Amino acid sequence: MASQTVTMPRVYEERGLLAWLTTVDHKRIGILYILGAGFFALIGGLEALLIRTQLAAPNNQVLVGEAYNQVLTMHGTTMVFLVVMPVLAGLGNYVIPLMIGARDMAYPRLNAFGVWMFLLGGLFLNLSFLLGGAPDAGWFGYAPLTVKTFSRGTGIDFWILGLQLLGISSITSSINFVSTILLLRAPGLSLNRLPLFAWTTLVTAFLILFAMPSISAALFLLFLDRHLGTHFFNPAAGGDPLLWQHLFWFFGHPEVYIMILPAMGIVSEILPVFSRKPLFGYTAVAYSSVAIGFIGFTVWAHHMFAVGLPDVVNAFFSAASMLVAVPTAIKVFNWIATIWGGAVRYQTPFLFAAAFVALFVIGGLSGLFLAAVPVDWQVTDTYFVVAHFHYTLFGGSMFAIVAGIYYWFPKITGRFLDERLGRWHFALQFIGFNMAFFPMHFLGLAGMPRRIYTYAPGLGWEGLNLLATVGAFILALGFVVFFVNVVRSLAVGTPAPADPWDGHTLEWLTSSPPPPYNFAHIPVVRSRRPVWDLKYTGNPHARPVVEIIEGDNRKEGEDAPEEPIHLPAPSIWPLVIAAGLTLFALGLVTHWIFAPFGVLLFALGIARWATQPLFPEAPGGH
Amino acid sequence: MARNLSEAQGWARRWAGGFWILGIWLTGCTAQSPSILAPVSPKGRAEAELFWFILLITAGVFVLVETLLLYAVFRFRARDLQAIPPQIHGNNALEISWTTATALGLAIIFALTWRTMAATSTPPADALPVKVIGRQWWWEFQYPTLGITTANELVIPVGRPIRALVTSADVIHSFWVPQLGGKMDAIPGRENPVWLQSDVEGVFYGQCAELCGISHANMRLRVRAVSEAEFQRWVEAQRAPAAQPVEPLAQQGYQVFMSKACVGCHAIEGTPAQGKVGPNLTHFGSRTTIAAGLLENTPENLARWLDNPQAVKPGALMPRLGLTPEEIQALVAYLLSLK
Repeated sequence: MASQTVTMPRVYEERGLLAWLTTVDHKRIGILYILGAGFFALIGGLEALLIRTQLAAPNNQVLVGEAYNQVLTMHGTTMVFLVVMPVLAGLGNYVIPLMIGARDMAYPRLNAFGVWMFLLGGLFLNLSFLLGGAPDAGWFGYAPLTVKTFSRGTGIDFWILGLQLLGISSITSSINFVSTILLLRAPGLSLNRLPLFAWTTLVTAFLILFAMPSISAALFLLFLDRHLGTHFFNPAAGGDPLLWQHLFWFFGHPEVYIMILPAMGIVSEILPVFSRKPLFGYTAVAYSSVAIGFIGFTVWAHHMFAVGLPDVVNAFFSAASMLVAVPTAIKVFNWIATIWGGAVRYQTPFLFAAAFVALFVIGGLSGLFLAAVPVDWQVTDTYFVVAHFHYTLFGGSMFAIVAGIYYWFPKITGRFLDERLGRWHFALQFIGFNMAFFPMHFLGLAGMPRRIYTYAPGLGWEGLNLLATVGAFILALGFVVFFVNVVRSLAVGTPAPADPWDGHTLEWLTSSPPPPYNFAHIPVVRSRRPVWDLKYTGNPHARPVVEIIEGDNRKEGEDAPEEPIHLPAPSIWPLVIAAGLTLFALGLVTHWIFAPFGVLLFALGIARWATQPLFPEAPGGH
Repeated sequence: MARNLSEAQGWARRWAGGFWILGIWLTGCTAQSPSILAPVSPKGRAEAELFWFILLITAGVFVLVETLLLYAVFRFRARDLQAIPPQIHGNNALEISWTTATALGLAIIFALTWRTMAATSTPPADALPVKVIGRQWWWEFQYPTLGITTANELVIPVGRPIRALVTSADVIHSFWVPQLGGKMDAIPGRENPVWLQSDVEGVFYGQCAELCGISHANMRLRVRAVSEAEFQRWVEAQRAPAAQPVEPLAQQGYQVFMSKACVGCHAIEGTPAQGKVGPNLTHFGSRTTIAAGLLENTPENLARWLDNPQAVKPGALMPRLGLTPEEIQALVAYLLSLK
């Protein structure tokens, strides 16, 4: 072949810490997101087990009062901001550029900044445990419990600034997803051929961009109330605690869709592949995601049916909340129709994806009770709600995330996760999950409120609570098996080819793992399932014409791309800027001395980032 | 239309009532629960009926969807891993049908929701007003038309609607007695009305339902629904000033109370104690529980509380006063004499 003209900075060849700290490669950034989320999932999961241990019996003394409230708050905050959101961002980061035939995200250095901001923001939040106590007012932080009068410690300040840092991360990553998906698609990959995971990630990125400013503003006002004597949430001085709730839930409800839409996208990728059929009703599934995104901004006050809003207002939000069930039901029916008539292969990604559908349906249906205002007056703030949202966020998002990890693990690592361990993991997670969370529906109906650290015997709550606790430990055991599977498979897992699942989308065209530049030749797309159509020549009943398309699974240098590939230079400055912001936040909460150093680092990072060229000088020149 | 909806609800309740797992649950482990499905008020019953109706619909959808899913998964398992099934991309008629069916089902649920809401959101005009004030971490109840202030135990006449005006003196709480109907948030600066009523005599358990700080779990309450005659007797007793201590020990307790910090926070009508921060103790001895429903009102429990309030209720704002055992015994005798 002709001359090799890949312009690749040397550091890409390097392993080791510095290569990771300076990476701007979307794949490495994706891995960092996923590993970071995995680390925080361990913390959040241990917090959940502490909660369940305390509630296993009435009048238990394992985790009492203040300590319980801290763990409760950090469990919720961690799972939302440090696990589900970043792991979805990580999978999106890794997979979406591959899926749409791009060589990287649109803004590689901004991308690196996003992941560092997430990791440091998460550490900053958890640092509160060591520095005077974690936040303790719930993940929703209702004022006035969070104002200085009622929360004197620094826990709430860690929470305010931690969420601001994480918000910055989410906003930058969303800008990147929007730009990448809209601008960097391969030739021929029109929006109506876009894979569903990219569709849902696009909608999610818009949701984040419109929802985040609301919580950022709310957190800012709360910080002013706490430290500069303003009274935005103080009714005695003309403020209003409900202002917090409106601002928070205007973010908080779209946040629910932020966590579920990409998960729905993952399932919409996996079910067709393992049924060997196209997604049933592609257009309906794509547009229903957009519809959920829009309606998602008109339902926030359904978290506030018991605050005394007028009937007409409650009725509006009730109707809007029920309306969300229409696009959601469309998806569920389309997923089932996708499996229907297929040639279904029971591999682990499929098991988790099918379980997602089964469990998400339960969460969706229990949501209807909460949308019906009079029923909500009874069950809101009870364990019925805890059951409901764990069916959507664990039975839903988490099952889909695990499905996605089993599905893309061979692509990311070049090795399969073990099928036998995968089945054990699935069985434990499915049984444990249902045992932990199904009884909570009944606890709520039996009058047990949420967020109580203890309860009296004789109210009929003992048996179901014990059952839930046993279930939680079985669920945890499932994740132990998962962890073992990951570690073992990384070392001795079966090597995976480029296209291990007989896939449909472009990520299966390149090697496993892909080269830094993803594709030597940018593929041209002519259908919704480019890789499938390559293999089966457009004749739906044909046998494969090629066993597996090896794509670019070639030794480097064997073949040359048709044109020079420019890859952005590695940079340490995204990390420096993120560290500066974190240090500044630390200064605001702990000792002011950190703040000027934070500002200095931030300014230095900005200046160097701005003056460092994005692309290094090409060695050969051209 | 309204009648049809009402019949549908009754029908739904009868059928869904047979739903086996709930049947087992209802008769089994949670028979003693303050269950929203064992309502004793018109509001609670309307809410439970709507619950049963939605359960009927959602249970139907649940069975349908899960059956279809399981059937698809098991029926279409690939035997030949190389087989390529027919490549079907969609079906407009099918998709329009399930979209329409879903929308129709939701429209019905919304109509019933609206109807139930309109019927239960406003207390009847002739209701007895009661002010409910949430405080960290106990409940104050005022009867403005009767001139009574009490704590943690709300006494109401059976069958008479109550207009509870719910508010808070500090952070947000939520007032909830499941068998009497849905909860209402207690928000500082607002007074939210909610309709309470009990159609049977009895004691009904409730507790705070909004995270309000350290002892959120310990902010409990009881509603005692009594006959109209008994309620009148109770009202008269409550309106009387506090009983004078007769026993020597109780008289000693009176002295302790008036000389210690107690008077700074608690009021006992007819005495110099006029504090407004803690519960009004004028008729403390008539209450069945102490410490926001945490303990039975017995001499032993009261002594435990007076000795170290935070050990009973973490974070309790009542300080540990360092009372001697003798002072505690005297206070117990005095406080329990305040019938």
